[in-house]
Order: sequence, then structure tokens, then C-alpha cells
Amino acid sequence: MIEFKNLHKSFGKLTVLDGLDLSIKKGGIFAILGPNGSGKTTLIKCLLGMVIPNKGEINFNNKSVLKKWEYRDNLNYLPQIANFPPNLTVIELINMVKNLRPKESEESKLIKLFGLEDFLNKKLGNLSGGTKQKVNIVLTFMFDSELIILDEPTTGLDPIALIHLKELIQEEKAKGKTLLITTHIMSVVDELADEIVFLLDGRIYFKGSIEALKKQTNNNNLEHAIANLISKQYA
Amino acid sequence: MLKILKYSFYDLMRSRWSYVYFIFYLLLGFVLLFLNNDVSKAVITLMNIIIVLTPLIGTIFGVMYYYNSREFTELLLAQPINRSKIFMGQYIGISLSLTLSLLLGLGIPFVAYGLFKSAAIFDFSLLLVVGSFLNFIFVALSYNIALSTENKIKGFGYAILMWLFLAVIYDGLFLISLMIFNDYPLDKFSLIATMFNPIDLSRILILLKLDISALLGYTGAVFRKFFGTNVGMLISMFILILWVVFPVFRINRKLRKKDF
Repeated sequence: MIEFKNLHKSFGKLTVLDGLDLSIKKGGIFAILGPNGSGKTTLIKCLLGMVIPNKGEINFNNKSVLKKWEYRDNLNYLPQIANFPPNLTVIELINMVKNLRPKESEESKLIKLFGLEDFLNKKLGNLSGGTKQKVNIVLTFMFDSELIILDEPTTGLDPIALIHLKELIQEEKAKGKTLLITTHIMSVVDELADEIVFLLDGRIYFKGSIEALKKQTNNNNLEHAIANLISKQYA
Repeated sequence: MLKILKYSFYDLMRSRWSYVYFIFYLLLGFVLLFLNNDVSKAVITLMNIIIVLTPLIGTIFGVMYYYNSREFTELLLAQPINRSKIFMGQYIGISLSLTLSLLLGLGIPFVAYGLFKSAAIFDFSLLLVVGSFLNFIFVALSYNIALSTENKIKGFGYAILMWLFLAVIYDGLFLISLMIFNDYPLDKFSLIATMFNPIDLSRILILLKLDISALLGYTGAVFRKFFGTNVGMLISMFILILWVVFPVFRINRKLRKKDF
């Protein structure tokens, strides 16, 4: 479904992606892991067309995405930091995104799920970080798209919202969708991910199931297995 | 693009600063009219204020809006919308809301005072047209600076410097060069130098429409010959349009390679 071929990206002198190759099949949950600054967000942003790679090819459903925008109708993205125009109310923002994207949406179910009914007419500038993240999640999940990309989705969520989010992710997976998730919280990965993609030095260092990772690192605990991978960078 | 424009416009129209700006012009208009008791005199005073203030406000609003809405822009960038449409929508949204504050803020007091019966109606409309141009020009220039500068504080600094240069320093350099090259014919030089600064161009355009241009002396006569005619007027308007088109063009070029 998604193919990255020989992807290069550097910001000034800093090389973030260095000839990365990756292909992701349709369906399932893929956790993109790696130490801070390993290029997880850059990789995702390249796919979204927000960061323009120096070299390389990105295909989505067998079509190149570079310099295009129509393909984005078929993916949903949850950005890392949710910051919205402070003068709009929650419901206005939701309607605005709906308006920008003329596609079936089912926001009312999600608003109820995350208990946002009382906030609908509040201005976004007055919301707490966690509530903003909930709005962010509603905006991401309300459209029906083949691909869902979540960049640190758990930031600022309370335990109940976190449980709802995990259920939501499982539901989408059951519908046969592809989900890309970056996170630093290993319990989330352990619980959800079908496959792990581990980035290091701008390349794919490991790709495979959690079991395979545990086997390769001789570690039964995922957190330690990942730490084992990261420690090689520090060594 | 129209949808983005609409939302940027609404967002700004609801922000406190748009009202502060609007009320400022409203008060300014009334105060000037009561002090001067004469529409044409008020227009002259107003010109001096508009020519310096609209560029400043346009610059600050442009930079502020860009940096404050950066995360939201990222959200938009992930939607199936063309990049340049997002930014053009925002740009036109800001410029329009500023222009609306200007037009309404000054229009209401002048109309209430009896502008339509006054002979100064043409001068006043020219003033508003030039003010609107300055809004569009300086928002575009500041967007250019903001797009090229990642750091918010630096971007703000450069934008203010740009305004300071065009509003004050440029004139200083201009005057110094006139003094130094006093022995040479300078009319062509000064005409061209004026074209390279939208603030100067606007100022002279209005001054020459008013009756005080006699104060400008010999150069004034040269300017009058140029700007006073319809051709000169058209050329200056055309150059003001170029001052909008080039920065907008550069915004779009910059966007093609920009990472967010």
C-alpha cells in the first residue's frame, strides 16, 4: 500500500533520512519506533507531503505522492501537537474540517465517546491540552479513510480517553484499515501493534512482529528489547 | 481557497485586535474631523498617519498570524488541499480583514461628516485605495519573511526592520543621495527611487492629488508632470499592483520547497 524507496532528507547539515526503504502492506497496525530524532515524524510528514524529500520515491496505492495532494483524501492524520485557531469554537472547527473535506463523517458518535458535548460551544483557546487532543482525535477518526496516521496519539489523555482511543484503533483495524502509529509508550505498542518498524540513523533497523523482535534481542520484555536496540546507538 | 479565506477572515474578524484596529481608525477619523473642521485638511493629516501605520499593522498582523497559526496550518496541510491555496487563502483573509477595518473605520466618520457633499471625495477615496494597497503589499512582504524564517523572534525582528527600512531609513538614504549628488540632474533618479518603495510611491501619489504639492518645489514640478497626468497615475497604480504580485509570486515559489 505504501512504499518508500531510497528516501533521503536532510535539514541543513543534519541528515534525518538516509536512503530509507520501507514498504507497508494493506491492513494492520504498524508501530513506527525509534529514539528521539530518529526521523519518525519526518518519515510521516514526507508521506503527507509536508516535508519534501531531497531524493527518493514515495508511492501510495501504487501512485507517486510527490507534488500531489488529491491522495490525501484517502488518509487521516493526527498531528503531534494540537493547536487550533483560538477564536473558533470546537463545533465550528469540526464543521470547518468537514467543509474542507466533502466526505462522509461520523463525528457525533466520537464526540459522545470522548464526552465533548459540553465543550462544543467553547472556544478552542480556552481548552486544556488533553481536551484539545480529544478534539484532535475526533477530527482524525471522523472520516472513513484507508490509511490512518497517528503521531503520538496518547499525549495528554486521561486513562478513560486512552482506553477509548485504543478501542477505536482496534475497531478501525477490524475494518481492514492500515494504521501507522508513532509512540514512546511501549505498553501501547505491546497491546496494539501487529508489526514494528524500528528507525535508526535514518534507515530501517528492524521490521517485523513483536515476537521476532523479542527473539532477535533475546529479551522477553518489549520495553527492554527496544531499549536494547536503542542502546546500540549510544554504544 | 475560498473556504480557507472565509475561515481566516472570520477568525480574524473575531479577534480582539481587529476591533482595536477598527476602533482606532474610527476614533482617529472623528477626532481629525472635529479638530480640522474640514474634510480636505483631515485627509492630509490622515495621509501622514495611514502611510506609516497601515504598513506597520500589515507587517505585524502578517507575521503574527503566520506564526500563531503554524500548527493549524499543519493540520490543513494534511487535508486534501493544495498547499498554495491554503496560504493564498490565509493571505487574502488577513489582507481583507485589515482592509475592512480601514475602510469602515475611516469611512463611517467621513460619511457621517458629509463626505459625499465635499469636493475631497476623490482624494479621500484615493487615500483608501492606497491604504488598501499598502495592506496587501505589507502582509505579502511579511508573509515572505515569516515563510523564510523558522525562528519566530527573528522573523518578527526582520519584519519590523523591513518596515523601518521602507518607512524611515529609505527616505533618509534617498535624501542623503540627493544632497551628495546635488550637482547632477536628479529628477529621473528620484522618480525611479520612489518606485522602489511602496510607501514613498503612495505618499507622493496622494500629495500630488492634494493642493499642497506646490510646496515640493522644482522636483515637485517634475513629479507633478509625471504623477499628475492620468498616465502617471495609471503607471503608479500598476507599480503598486506589481508590489503585490511579486511578493505573492515569491510566496508560491517558496512554498514549493518548504518543509513543515
